[in-house]
Amino acid sequence: MHKDNQPLIFEMTKEGRVGYSLPELDVPEIDLADLLPEGLVRVEAADLPEVSELDIMRHYTALSKRNHGVDSGFYPLGSCTMKYNPKINESVARYSGFANIHPLQDESTVQGAMELMYDLQEHLKEITGMDEVTLQPAAGAHGEWTGLMMIRAFHEANGDTNRTKVIVPDSAHGTNPASATVAGFETVTVKSNEHGLVDLEDLKRVVGEDTAALMLTNPNTLGLFEEQILEMAAIIHEVGGKLYYDGANLNAVMSKARPGDMGFDVVHLNLHKTFTGPHGGGGPGSGPVGVNKDLLPYLPKPILVKKDDVFAFDYDRPQSIGRVKPFYGNFGINVRAYTYIRSMGPDGLKAVTEYAVLNANYMMRRLQEHFDLPYDRHCKHEFVLSGRRQKKLGVRTLDMAKRLLDFGYHPPTIYFPLNVEEGMMIEPTETESKETLDAFIDAMIQIAREVEENPEIVQDAPHTTVIKRLDETKAARKPVLRYHRAE
Amino acid sequence: MKHRYLPMTPQDEKAMLDTIGIKSIDELFADIPEKVRFKGEYNIKPAKSESSLTKELSQLAAKNADSNTYASFLGAGVYDHYKPIIVDHVISRSEFYTAYTPYQPEISQGELQAIFEFQTMISELTGMEIANSSMYDGGTSLAEAGMLAAGHTRRKKILVSRSVHPESRDVVRSYALGQSIAVEEIPLKDGHTDLDALKEMIDDNTAAVMIQYPNFFGQVENLKEIEPIVHEAGALFTVSSNPLALGALTPPGKLGADITVGDAQPFGIPEAFGGPHCGYFAVTKALMRKVPGRLVGETTDEDGRRGFVLTLQAREQHIRRDKATSNICSNQALNALAASVAMTALGKEGTKEMAIQNITKTYYMKQQLKVAGFEIAFEGAHFNEIVVKTGAPVKQLNASLLQKGMIGGYDLGLSYEEFDGHMLIAVTEQRTKEEIDAFVQEMGATHA
Repeated sequence: MHKDNQPLIFEMTKEGRVGYSLPELDVPEIDLADLLPEGLVRVEAADLPEVSELDIMRHYTALSKRNHGVDSGFYPLGSCTMKYNPKINESVARYSGFANIHPLQDESTVQGAMELMYDLQEHLKEITGMDEVTLQPAAGAHGEWTGLMMIRAFHEANGDTNRTKVIVPDSAHGTNPASATVAGFETVTVKSNEHGLVDLEDLKRVVGEDTAALMLTNPNTLGLFEEQILEMAAIIHEVGGKLYYDGANLNAVMSKARPGDMGFDVVHLNLHKTFTGPHGGGGPGSGPVGVNKDLLPYLPKPILVKKDDVFAFDYDRPQSIGRVKPFYGNFGINVRAYTYIRSMGPDGLKAVTEYAVLNANYMMRRLQEHFDLPYDRHCKHEFVLSGRRQKKLGVRTLDMAKRLLDFGYHPPTIYFPLNVEEGMMIEPTETESKETLDAFIDAMIQIAREVEENPEIVQDAPHTTVIKRLDETKAARKPVLRYHRAE
Repeated sequence: MKHRYLPMTPQDEKAMLDTIGIKSIDELFADIPEKVRFKGEYNIKPAKSESSLTKELSQLAAKNADSNTYASFLGAGVYDHYKPIIVDHVISRSEFYTAYTPYQPEISQGELQAIFEFQTMISELTGMEIANSSMYDGGTSLAEAGMLAAGHTRRKKILVSRSVHPESRDVVRSYALGQSIAVEEIPLKDGHTDLDALKEMIDDNTAAVMIQYPNFFGQVENLKEIEPIVHEAGALFTVSSNPLALGALTPPGKLGADITVGDAQPFGIPEAFGGPHCGYFAVTKALMRKVPGRLVGETTDEDGRRGFVLTLQAREQHIRRDKATSNICSNQALNALAASVAMTALGKEGTKEMAIQNITKTYYMKQQLKVAGFEIAFEGAHFNEIVVKTGAPVKQLNASLLQKGMIGGYDLGLSYEEFDGHMLIAVTEQRTKEEIDAFVQEMGATHA
């Protein structure tokens, strides 16, 4: 990585330079002041950069060199499924017939796009074992909220207005309780037991007539399969609640167990994770939601229907929760996910899960003697180590994560899930080779040795990055959230 | 199985199984109860090779009428604009698009700095003090603004003008339902928000008044007249704005807006059948700690060098969990990057020039339609859209336009009963005089 600071684009600006080529103005000019009400003509131009096209390309190329992506190197960020992003996806999403079509065109002019959406829904139904799928939600958290709103609508339609509580395990993603709150529910936490799984006794204690739903990730955020899923489903369904599946970890169970068969009523998927979105530096994602028959009437509208080989949007959905997003979802991401699924096929998706799980278990076994392994059993696509042992020697998990940067790796997810002290959540994915895993393992082992022999090198890490550790307290205490030109 | 994305070999597999101490991969799935175990393979289409799949999908894409082939006069919130070619080259750099949220700032300075620049550009265009790192789109951004306002004012009513995008209003209602917030619609008067009605409806339980600028009909709402009404009642003045229009219009921040939201799609982002686009969210300094989503801030490292980090994270779901006021996690980072590159390319002059071109070409369309004998529904100031009375069903007109290589406007009757037989026509800088003339001619021919 390059050590020189890259100036802000605003600092490179020079009056009179341009980086654009607008179409010719081939109609008579007008005076804005004649057209717009007084005071609504902009007087002071927005202070945007004035740079040439080469300036722009060099600037962003320099910035890209200061960024680590999957294409730069191994990225075992747990729960994020940082697998390879196939290039064919990028090409297909840019086909003009997909990229340059308007959502409000007459349906007869976008049948190809609608066919792709429909077929993607069909594939996702089979993969999840659900009865219907909507592609409207923009991301995983958006899907969670959509699913919960449907559950809320279901209960209300049954005159069941006292179901105010959503149960989430203590190991759940932060979006779960936040989505419950935004959907108007109160969150109740259910504890994990000593095996890292939901404590059934505690679950029985917290369920009741006021339970709207239980939100569950399976395998959970420790990478462990909730073996008692059928018992849990029975407990929730017995009291009239619904079971919600957070699909963040679907990469672990494709072709092995389907949410619909496990008793889940609602499922969201993160197409930017399991189905190679890509991640885009933090989005855009896509968070389709699958439901079983009970929840069909409440799907966001419109829904996509096929009649005599013609595709149409059906808005006549009186019980729908309404729209959750303008138009039909993040179509461009859905095109990529569809391309991926069609590239893999049934045997490919099965192999994806098998190799993702094999890779994770291999890494876990090779690392377990060097770090604490709180839950010693086969994991699924990811596993969580604890840095407890190293913490006793004065080195925190954060330090070890920073030290990994010196080896050219993106560190694992750290300090999550919350029920593991000094946690490191490692998810290798199936697209990494044994050589890559071995090299990362060797780096981890070296760091564990450094903690014992030379802790300063870890505590002071990173040493090789373009910048050292940043003062986050200062950033939060005196927030500077934009550039101001010096007067 | 062999696949170009899967590097596992039989030898590797054997060595790894040995290390784990098991005989087969199946053993790793033994904890899945027999009753729920999926047997066999999914009943989905078989895998296709790279070239046969691109062939199939390019044929599927070719079934659609795209705005490269057809001259598009369709807007209604999504536009065919000039996309500087450099945008796609920048966002195709895989250091950007194969990264995730910049949790590790030391190896994510590129993304963080780009977003810091995005925040600055949005602040500049909107005239607001603070902008976040992006939201899903304009519609959900407006809905989040409503949630922020209700939480901040502890009030339970939102007034949204009927001149706001119908689909955005739908989304506002969906979000409000979850929070038990009432949403009431301010009626229209001559294609604008009816200010007398607003004065009647606003009260001390009103959290936010939502106005679109320019509005759904392309009309420029007079924010100067609306602002005092909103603030007198103690509500938050929430403006949804096409950021391109702000190249020419006085920005909401200079007209008293508390929250300005919208979609940056006009800046280098393809229509893509409605998404992914790029919501933006900008506020006054007073609301800084209430902003949903991610914020990038400037700071220094141990050596005093400038660097950027995600900041004020105490607002967010991964810290506050059920106390968070928004659940947004992944946003639209790559499209925020695309918009940044487009805003940079257009720059100070180009943004203004492009905005004025939109107004000018739309004005030309309006005059030509009048000459052809059409009645323009609203005579107020417009940005890049106007409403015309068609005298024939819009669907039928659009079918004839398509025959002539044009994608016609939006059938307003689909979302406004009273505007049956009205077409919302968009004219961006992309449309040439020749195309506009052809459009008017075809409209006249079908009309007659």
